[in-house]
Amino acid sequence: MSWAGKLLRVNLTTAEITTESLNEEWKNDYLGSRGLASKYLSEEIDPACDPLSAENKMIMATGPLTGTSAATAGRYVVVTKGPLTNCIACSNSGGFIGAEMKNAGWDMVIFEGKSPKPVYLYVENDKAELLDADEIWGTSVWNTDEWLHNKHQDPLLRIAAVGRPAENGCFYAGIVNDLHRAAGRSGVGSVMASKNLKAVAIRGTKGVGNISDPEGFMKAVNEGKAVLAENPVTGQGLPAYGTQVLMNVINEIGALPAHNMKDVQFDGAHAISGEAMHEPRKSDGKPNLTTNAACFGCTIACGRISTIDQGHFSVENKSQYWGNSGGLEYEAAWALGADNGVDDLDALTYVNFICNEEGFDPITFGATVAAAMEMYEDGVLTKEQTGGIEFNFGSALALTKAADWVAANEGFGVDLALGSKRLCEKYGRPELSMTVKGQEFPAYDPRGIQGIGLNYATSNRGACHVRGYTVASEVLGIPEKTDPLTAEGKPGLVKAFQDATGAVDSSGICLFTTFAWSLDNIAPQVEAACGGGWTAERLAEVGERIWNLEREFNLKAGITSADDTLPARLRTEAAKTGPAKGLVSKVEEMMPEYYELRGWSTDGVPTEETRKKLGLS
Amino acid sequence: MEKSLVINPDKCTGCLQCELACSYENEGVFNPSKSRIKVFTFHQEGRFVPYTCTQCSEAWCQQACPVDAISLNPVTGAKEVNESSCVGCKVCTISCPFGTINYNQSSGKVIKCDLCGGNPKCVEACPTQAITYVDADQTGLDKMRQWATETDNSSSTNTANA
Amino acid sequence: MHYIIVGAGPSGVTACETIRKLDQEAEITLITGQQEPPYSRMAIPYLLAEKIPESGTYLRHNNEHYTHLNINLVSEKVTEVNADDNSLSLSNGQSLSYDQLLIATGASAISPLIEGIDLASVHNCWTLEDARRIAEKAVAGSSVVLMGAGFIGCIILESLLKRGVHLTVVEMGDRMVPRMMDDTAGGLLKSWCESKGVQILTSCQVSSISETGDALEVAIKGSETLSADLVICATGVKSNMSFLENSSIELDQGIMVNKFLQTNIDNIYAAGDVAQGLDFSDQSWHIQAIQPTAVEHGRIAAINMVKSNSCEHHGSINMNILDTMGLISTSFGQWMGVAGGEEAVLLDKKNYRYLKLQFKDEYLVGVSSLGHTQNIGVVRGLIRGKAKLGVWKERLMKDPSRLMEAFLASSMSQA
Repeated sequence: MSWAGKLLRVNLTTAEITTESLNEEWKNDYLGSRGLASKYLSEEIDPACDPLSAENKMIMATGPLTGTSAATAGRYVVVTKGPLTNCIACSNSGGFIGAEMKNAGWDMVIFEGKSPKPVYLYVENDKAELLDADEIWGTSVWNTDEWLHNKHQDPLLRIAAVGRPAENGCFYAGIVNDLHRAAGRSGVGSVMASKNLKAVAIRGTKGVGNISDPEGFMKAVNEGKAVLAENPVTGQGLPAYGTQVLMNVINEIGALPAHNMKDVQFDGAHAISGEAMHEPRKSDGKPNLTTNAACFGCTIACGRISTIDQGHFSVENKSQYWGNSGGLEYEAAWALGADNGVDDLDALTYVNFICNEEGFDPITFGATVAAAMEMYEDGVLTKEQTGGIEFNFGSALALTKAADWVAANEGFGVDLALGSKRLCEKYGRPELSMTVKGQEFPAYDPRGIQGIGLNYATSNRGACHVRGYTVASEVLGIPEKTDPLTAEGKPGLVKAFQDATGAVDSSGICLFTTFAWSLDNIAPQVEAACGGGWTAERLAEVGERIWNLEREFNLKAGITSADDTLPARLRTEAAKTGPAKGLVSKVEEMMPEYYELRGWSTDGVPTEETRKKLGLS
Repeated sequence: MEKSLVINPDKCTGCLQCELACSYENEGVFNPSKSRIKVFTFHQEGRFVPYTCTQCSEAWCQQACPVDAISLNPVTGAKEVNESSCVGCKVCTISCPFGTINYNQSSGKVIKCDLCGGNPKCVEACPTQAITYVDADQTGLDKMRQWATETDNSSSTNTANA
Repeated sequence: MHYIIVGAGPSGVTACETIRKLDQEAEITLITGQQEPPYSRMAIPYLLAEKIPESGTYLRHNNEHYTHLNINLVSEKVTEVNADDNSLSLSNGQSLSYDQLLIATGASAISPLIEGIDLASVHNCWTLEDARRIAEKAVAGSSVVLMGAGFIGCIILESLLKRGVHLTVVEMGDRMVPRMMDDTAGGLLKSWCESKGVQILTSCQVSSISETGDALEVAIKGSETLSADLVICATGVKSNMSFLENSSIELDQGIMVNKFLQTNIDNIYAAGDVAQGLDFSDQSWHIQAIQPTAVEHGRIAAINMVKSNSCEHHGSINMNILDTMGLISTSFGQWMGVAGGEEAVLLDKKNYRYLKLQFKDEYLVGVSSLGHTQNIGVVRGLIRGKAKLGVWKERLMKDPSRLMEAFLASSMSQA
């Protein structure tokens, strides 16, 4: 119940589209969305395959709660093998297309093979067809969005698309839906483009109706909403400041990485913070932030809708960027701002717009620019290589130009599209890439927040904060406060967060609910929707099963325990300022205990016992 | 005291909880496309506007109905579609100058807001109080109705007397 | 005060109700030419499709409605109006006096003058009686020829098809529904019908019908002769005003009226399909023959009859919505465009979606569409409210499907 019970299989090579019933056994073991799609992918592709080959598959999937009135239940994921990491990739996005897919009657869409020519998938309830995308190939996500709305004469058509960087093989191109929501990380957009698939356009008018216990569901949903409304983070902080509520907080505790992680605090933090987005600009007196905005069914509404000062150098004579669009979230503001030493809010907003318009990940992009800036300051890169402009930390001009270049795949943008790992390797300074398994860090320094470092090192999709957001506990005290500076107890904390996250992601709701909700709040909603005995314990077990499934995929893809670590800088160069001054990441110290808690061998391989316990055959 | 829906777009975040609540109440499924209240997004302006029937006194839909399928609920003031009488001719859908009565292809009938019999579910579901249900005379609804009047000046000014 | 309303269609019934609201004391007589309670022609296709019983076509469902409002229902035909002595004659020989008279006799189907048009198996589709006869003949497996692919023809296609008949449509014009569709829309509709198994012959004309045994032979100018069990004639209508030929009321295509729906005789008004009323868009006088206009006429005429010309009619907007076997089309106002105007078009032939907007300066003046139904009423709001579009003109030129946003933006700024 609550699942649509059906999936679409789209063979791009043959242009055949077939439908299948959802695997009953798997959905009981993996719930939906991230978990279920990962199971399908694991069963269907060789983990060692080239992620940009026709052999790879790409799955768009919703969870059982997606499309219902449960708060935030509009999420969908893209699961594939990621080109940035060569690991299993799962990128989660909000907006409206996930719910639309469910409304059209589909739990997931599996794309396989490679189309001989550019196409897009059009789905209208039961009708699904591959249509010609010649006219939009080579254009941006925003142009594609407009063209498709126009063509189908439907303002409510929900669209996910890739932009030019994905077509050009950028390693961190994402899939953008509803103009400014994205399955942003690990390069899933490039996988889509490698299949000659430009966009997915969905209109669903069937709805989600098969709720197992309607009365119980409404009760659980309403209780959940009340908890979100009363919680200071989800009820006040996020609506008012978005995730940008964190900028000043994280800077103060000395965990805001800056200048390619040379520093753990940034002088310009306030200027690019959520608070600053509310302040009137000197030039035109308007604040950067116009309003907050919600994804489907979200009662938190952390999304930012912003404008750029029309007189700002980045948009002079570019009136197409003068209107409102998706504004900065914390991770983007950090990667584009603090990590590059840029404190120009308008410049960051401009780059954020470009990332949305063209579909590339602002975290990896920002961190790649940071690595390039460090190489430039070290003399490894010269002005000739960086498009004739000074590429120093703090240069808003360099940052905005870099975004334009990556968008158009021209000049230095071709190098920047590699991501920091490949870029730094190319120029002989691999140690300057702040990545795990090829993916760049988000906005929390592992020296100032020890648990998150362990999570980065073990995350199955490479460095990532939303695989086990221990920041909640270590900084915000959710569900209980732990000391961010100590390694003690963190392996258990990390495992618990990682497992819970797997379940949350697989249900179809947003991870941000967990600022206020535990699995005890979520289980009643899943149970009432789905039926069949979904308890908090079972959800945690599903999460653990997913984690191990992903791990096994990665092991088969060639990942070893040697990859479960952090760059040397974080393990050897101590934090220079703030509460964490003098500290390095104790990731190596934590790892054995983590493996043990996971039930893995000292090589990081799930033991037979663990596999048996979790039903991984 | 007759109450009416009051919508304050400034408070709307575009979450569609109102559409979910409406469709679930009226259709038994979560399905924005079957909702009687709709949120319209103005990307360029960064604005979300929930919109539904104002239960206008002119009741264009009711007047245009050829088979007497739309009637006034004397308690709530809502103009309600009687499903068993509606033949699905859709004349009301072109007559309502607000576009708030719509054809539902799957049932072959038209649908519109009926204030849920006096307990509008959209109001309950709205997380930001962008939609409220308050005494009719203290609402900005009159403004909307004023506009309705101007939409069809000749007849409506006089129906007010009628 | 005695008000007599002749004709019990939407216009006449609305007028009676409006008069009653305005004058509790008035004596009201509603003369209907038919035996049934007042019913709606709009509902006949749904009766044919067996979606509703005959009672489902009634304009008002409460049996006591007219009694309750103290309206005398008289089932007779009016044979003559004697304006000089404020009286009218009925077919039963009776004469009635009035103080105020409203003529809302509507229109009747007309048939072309061709051989065989009077045969027993040739019917119009206009009255409940017609519907009963069609239902009798249009049984599963029978062959039906429909003359005329106009509004009525199209709207009954689905109900005929549902009855399981083999259907051929013969249209004199070069496209379907020429009065509400341009070439593109008419062409799309034709291919839609053909995809549903209906044969459509445009630029063709039935030249004669003859009986051979149980079947009919339908000779067609421009195509082969067809055999049929039933021929339905939906080629046009004309106003019911022959009984006024000897009166002093001025007649043209319909009864001529002024902005108060008043005829050249002070205490005689006309409304609905018989009245040559004012068109909102071009301020010309003609018969629109649509339900909303009929109701509007009835109400305005009634107000003016009771409250001596206090309500000026600024014109009705011509608009139609048509469901042809599931493909819904609309037209509003000057959908064909105006001199010096601009148009914006979206066309998706494959999916039968079409949207054409017509502008004059900053205003929307007409729309035609196929496959668009959501919030479509705002088109009326935008045209009728003369909403100044401002920046939305350009946005609509770029993407016509953003009508609702344009409407909200302009109504919010005006509210």
